[in-house]
Amino acid sequence: MSTDYKPQSAVAKWIDKRLPLITLFNGHLMQYPTPKNLNYWWTFGGILTFCLVTQIITGLVLAMHYIADADLAFSSVEHIMRDVNYGWLLRYIHANGASMFFIAVYIHMARSLFYGSYKEPRELIWIIGVFIFLLMIATAFMGYVLPWGQMSFWGATVITNLFSAIPVFGESITNWLWGGYSVGSPLLTRFFTLHYLLPFLIFGLVILHVWALHVPGNNNPEGIDVVQGSQDTVPFHPHYVVKDVFALLVFMIIFAGFVFFTPNLLGHTDNYIQANPLQTPEHIVPEWYFLPFYAILRAIPDKLGGVIMMVSAIAILAFLPWLDTSKVRSAKYRPLFKQFYWIFLANFLLLGYLGAMPAEGIYVIISRIATIYYFVHFIIILPVLGFVEKTKPLPKSISEPVLNEKERAAKAATATA
Amino acid sequence: MRRRGRRKLLLPQHSVLKFIKFLVLLIFSVSTFQSILIAAEIHEPIRPYWSFEGPLGKFERASLQRGYQVYTEVCSGCHSMDLLSYRNLVQPGGPEFSEKQAKAMAAMFEVETGPDQDGEMFMRSAILSDKFVSPWENEQQARAANGGAYPPDLSVIVKARPNGPDYIYSLLLGYKDAPEGTELDDGVYYNEYAKGMRIAMPQVLYEDGIEYTDGTAATEEQMAHDVTTFLTWSAEPKLEERKRMGFKVIIYLLILAFLFYFTNKSIWRDTH
Repeated sequence: MSTDYKPQSAVAKWIDKRLPLITLFNGHLMQYPTPKNLNYWWTFGGILTFCLVTQIITGLVLAMHYIADADLAFSSVEHIMRDVNYGWLLRYIHANGASMFFIAVYIHMARSLFYGSYKEPRELIWIIGVFIFLLMIATAFMGYVLPWGQMSFWGATVITNLFSAIPVFGESITNWLWGGYSVGSPLLTRFFTLHYLLPFLIFGLVILHVWALHVPGNNNPEGIDVVQGSQDTVPFHPHYVVKDVFALLVFMIIFAGFVFFTPNLLGHTDNYIQANPLQTPEHIVPEWYFLPFYAILRAIPDKLGGVIMMVSAIAILAFLPWLDTSKVRSAKYRPLFKQFYWIFLANFLLLGYLGAMPAEGIYVIISRIATIYYFVHFIIILPVLGFVEKTKPLPKSISEPVLNEKERAAKAATATA
Repeated sequence: MRRRGRRKLLLPQHSVLKFIKFLVLLIFSVSTFQSILIAAEIHEPIRPYWSFEGPLGKFERASLQRGYQVYTEVCSGCHSMDLLSYRNLVQPGGPEFSEKQAKAMAAMFEVETGPDQDGEMFMRSAILSDKFVSPWENEQQARAANGGAYPPDLSVIVKARPNGPDYIYSLLLGYKDAPEGTELDDGVYYNEYAKGMRIAMPQVLYEDGIEYTDGTAATEEQMAHDVTTFLTWSAEPKLEERKRMGFKVIIYLLILAFLFYFTNKSIWRDTH
């Protein structure tokens, strides 16, 4: 990253000569040239960083008081809620923070899908992002097991049992995961360990994600390349630092609304019942952010097939840069894709709804259709669209459509005058 | 611009939009149908007024104190509250008994402690730091005494049931004579709000079943209301602090967001 930063003070010079950290931050967080036309959908990268840091800090303190043992976990969480100073606040931020994290990541991904941010030359940013998403899923799932309520226990049972679908070695792998013959203390302890580890791996991937982003620079709503050395970009600071902070504050207000006024709305009441291996809850439902994938899992009548489809539903995202054959990035200039984009989103929400419903009757049939459509979107619609779609003409530069609007407005003003 | 020569794909926009509308309608109708089904199975709980609801909700101190009395005199014969200590009765945001009162309340119970210098366990009166004394030694004893049913611990029961306060309140008042043709096993009672209308707990609240120390008339509704308030506090003892803090946090964030909105506007003013 080019920067015209020159260390001024003696201390800054001394440090920068040996480790150019200040120069690095100056280049990437201050002067970084950013397209000037980014809308508010682009603020979710910053919001996600905030979510990750919040989860790590609150999680760290919670880990100081939590006990990963099948007999003690549930009451240690209640100890945090009752006896630890501001323990209730830490736990509610952490539990709701997971939901907020997923809201933000889904919006972030939907933005990328709409504006074609995954396309050449940004394929690696996207693929690293898919890996971050995978790690987030694993982390959130294991975190939900830790309070050792009924949903924790039975959720863990259902998901770890999926490994038994693997041919030949399935049962051995499942027993190895459990550290025994059923879900119990050994599994809880290793989930706690991994739940502590994975966020730091996510953090590492986030650094790669941003690094890879700063090579070609941001995509933008027009989906066209910025003209180097033109008026197309503004420095990251203060333009986007301040804009991101404003968006983050709005996000935090919603976050605070959940934490302080309906902290248990997004959770399941059964998780306030201590885990009981002898009593299965009526409906085992995962956290809301897993519901679309849960629906895909259950749509397939075969266990192994369901697992494969569920994993494929996420894995297929990594191939998106090549499945989408259109050279035009932004949906603004792709009239057909734009419609299929909204249908895809509606279908994904439908899957989420179906994941929360019992797997019986009409729900199963709709789940199957929605699952098929999910894959058809990626495997058939996206590749074909690139060949048949007649895209709208792209502007020459980011500044052009903005200026055109201005000129038009000016003309209209003179015409009416 | 690309492939201008190709035939435009014939897919009228309005039909796609119609399809989306159809999907949305389908989701709504299915979900409505679902809720009708559930409603037919279980009665909607009664929704009384709760002082602790709403963004600035608080517990009614007197109701919490009466609720504790209902718990000790009626519920605690069968239901434990393992997560609570007698010291919690003094804490701000709870029933806020005086320390003297709470010590006296604790002293009504005996706890086993020890070992003493001879290695013997012994009994002593409970003190503020002790957990609420459980009516049972263990789950097996509780089941044996209750025809196989296990009276659940009540510490977080309100958070462990959908619409917790409404549900508990309704359940306590939901005992009716079983309609004709309903067969009930021994030790099973008819209750409109229980799952499958059957519950192993008998009706426990009867008018003037207890005598409130503050002279309030002990109607069934009053007792149900008080004990539910108490159980809501026991499930969420920091509720008042949480809502108070939340109010301040949101006001602070709103002011900060307001300032940043205008800062942002002024920074971008000269960028077109």
